[in-house]
Amino acid sequence: MNIFMMLAPMSVLLGLIGVGAFWWTVSHGQYEDPAGDAARILLDDDEHPSRD
Amino acid sequence: MALAYDLSPAPDLDAFVTRKAGARPRLELLVKGARCAACLGKIERETQALPGVSSARLNLTTGKLSVEFASTADAGAVISTLERLGYPASPYDPGLAAEAADREGRRLILCLAVAAFGAMNTMMFSVPLWAGLFGQELGPATRTVMQWWCALVATPCVLFAGRPFFESAWRSVRVRRANMDVPISIGVLLTLAISFSETLLHGRDTYFDAAVSLLFLLLIGRWMDHQLKARARSAAADLLALQAPVAIVLDGRGLEHRRPIADVRVDDVLIVRPGDRIPVDGRVIAGFAELDASLLTGETRPISMRQGDVCRAGALNLSGALQLRAIARSEDSAVAAIARLVEAGAQSKSKYVQLSEKAAQIYVPVVHSAAALTFLGGWALGLGVRESLLRAVAVLIITCPCALGLAVPAVQVSASSRLFRRGVLVKSGAALERLAEVDHVVFDKTGVLTEGRPQLVDAEAGIVAQAAPLARASSHPLAKAIAEAAGPGPLAEDVVEHPGLGVEGVIGGRRARLGRAGFLGVANAQARETELWFGFEGDIKVRLAFSDRLREDAAKAVADLKAMGLTVEVLSGDAPRAVAMAADAAGIVQRRAGLTPMEKADAIAALQSEGHKVLMVGDGLNDTAALARAHAAMAPGSALDASQNAADLVFSGARLGAVVEAIDIARQARRRALENFGFAAAYNLVAAPAAMLGLVNPFLAALAMSGSSLAVTLNALRLRRAA
Repeated sequence: MNIFMMLAPMSVLLGLIGVGAFWWTVSHGQYEDPAGDAARILLDDDEHPSRD
Repeated sequence: MALAYDLSPAPDLDAFVTRKAGARPRLELLVKGARCAACLGKIERETQALPGVSSARLNLTTGKLSVEFASTADAGAVISTLERLGYPASPYDPGLAAEAADREGRRLILCLAVAAFGAMNTMMFSVPLWAGLFGQELGPATRTVMQWWCALVATPCVLFAGRPFFESAWRSVRVRRANMDVPISIGVLLTLAISFSETLLHGRDTYFDAAVSLLFLLLIGRWMDHQLKARARSAAADLLALQAPVAIVLDGRGLEHRRPIADVRVDDVLIVRPGDRIPVDGRVIAGFAELDASLLTGETRPISMRQGDVCRAGALNLSGALQLRAIARSEDSAVAAIARLVEAGAQSKSKYVQLSEKAAQIYVPVVHSAAALTFLGGWALGLGVRESLLRAVAVLIITCPCALGLAVPAVQVSASSRLFRRGVLVKSGAALERLAEVDHVVFDKTGVLTEGRPQLVDAEAGIVAQAAPLARASSHPLAKAIAEAAGPGPLAEDVVEHPGLGVEGVIGGRRARLGRAGFLGVANAQARETELWFGFEGDIKVRLAFSDRLREDAAKAVADLKAMGLTVEVLSGDAPRAVAMAADAAGIVQRRAGLTPMEKADAIAALQSEGHKVLMVGDGLNDTAALARAHAAMAPGSALDASQNAADLVFSGARLGAVVEAIDIARQARRRALENFGFAAAYNLVAAPAAMLGLVNPFLAALAMSGSSLAVTLNALRLRRAA
């Protein structure tokens, strides 16, 4: 039972971290241009000056 | 005469640059034709290389380029650079509405994420509870601990993720109406409360997981619905922006300024070049030109305009440059009267009750009475308040409105994304439902059955080749049609364009003219069709006739529509002869010609009062009232913005077959939605009595709920895959 009392909060915490990470990606506009992001990795110029 | 040509164009697009305090000037552009990584790289690199530009980022999904300037903004340079690269761009105003919609979308996404987290974690703590239900060893103390963990996770998640439903329910209750969100909110909150009291009383059945997963599933539906609306809204805004209504205004010193149409005042002097549309109603003060008013009246024959004549907004200038004095502001132009008709039509359309609303009107009272009956019945039969209440909650949970909340948006999203891939833009889910009910299709002629631009007919190749060098030097649409028919080749020398008359130049040492009959000295009184004359000096003059060609697949599309059991009709403002020719070629028997915009709208209204459900397909300003009046409306992408706004669906490309496909997919979508309702009804007929009899435990509730949601969603997705 003791191990459960440790694991339960830990699993909830991990879940919360996941929600937080997801929220971070949404608020930083990571889903706004899926087609562009797919294309951008093909571009050669490494130093891309534009950054939002 | 050639007043506008000597002035160098000084584009004044700075009106579109947004300057916010503390931020760099920004310009938002809609770029056409960017599709691949190469386009993206080229556009961003070249734009960033411009002086004064600090950053440029292209969104490939939406085709929007956002340019940030370091200090001074030169919007014109950016646009001309893009045009040089081959991507026509137009400025647009990002606007407040779009931002608000975005906030709402983000809120839904956050709620969805929280609900997903809650559903997963509550489910995890529920697994031991479920195991206990099936005879596995689970002591009462452990059960209570698990239940408290469920409560700890589920309660904040439900209260947070349920807000979109609670708020909407509260709004509708305040005006004494019940929408779908009322039973959802009551169900979820009641489930939560009962589960709490069961936990406190050391009871066996708690439904924390059901409450959160119900919200999770419904939020998916809500989010899909939002995405559909947001995409349609932003596409509609983009269409408006694409027309980027800019007028060229001449100031007192003879300098040109580009101004948004809304800023044009009465008595401003405007310049309208060949190929431009008349921005506001105005009187000609200098110049001579032919106007194509087909988008206004449907009539294809050009109208001559000279000094003192009044030009109506929306007409296309075909030949010479005109100087106009504005006699009305944009809102007051002749267009505005039609806009009012459109508004009236749109209002009558908003009364349309969607399938899911109809279903909700039946669903809500039935489910609530079932739950109430369960409680009262159980009480009367001596089950006790606690057990009766538990059963009533089980009924509410098991009959969860997922089929309504999830299945319809899922069907609509998959139908409209399938149409989107085929170049048809759907503006709303209701539009799809209305389209599915259509039994009579009305086509406009110019620009819908036909391609809407003049093309050379029955011309000898030799003559076309002779005239081509002159034609290539002109910007007149008819001359362009000749140049297109002839293909690339040499230009004539010493070309002089006589606005409103024609062009003159030297081909192979001989002087030649291309233009109106009078310009070549031909005494031709009746110019029935659109025509040009061509001839060398002192030689015989040849006539080149043009007509508006039928869309390539018009006849096939009409035949397909008839095969689907629809009746087809042409309503046009053009002359009877031209309408008859097009209708015959397309195989349409019913036709009416020479109609005014009002008569068109009345004809539609008459058809609908006879019980027909009419689909109107039109592109002109003369069609907008009819589009708004019709049960469903489609417009080609080449249509005026007013028509595209009035239409429910906009199709791009040269194929009329898009109309057939749209109706077909709309009908399939309706079938899927009805199937889903049927499935939901059948499921509830089995599940609800089971819950009333107390045969449902939390595990079965969770299984049934997710199972039924999955089934309706998969059924909706079949639409996406079908050929």
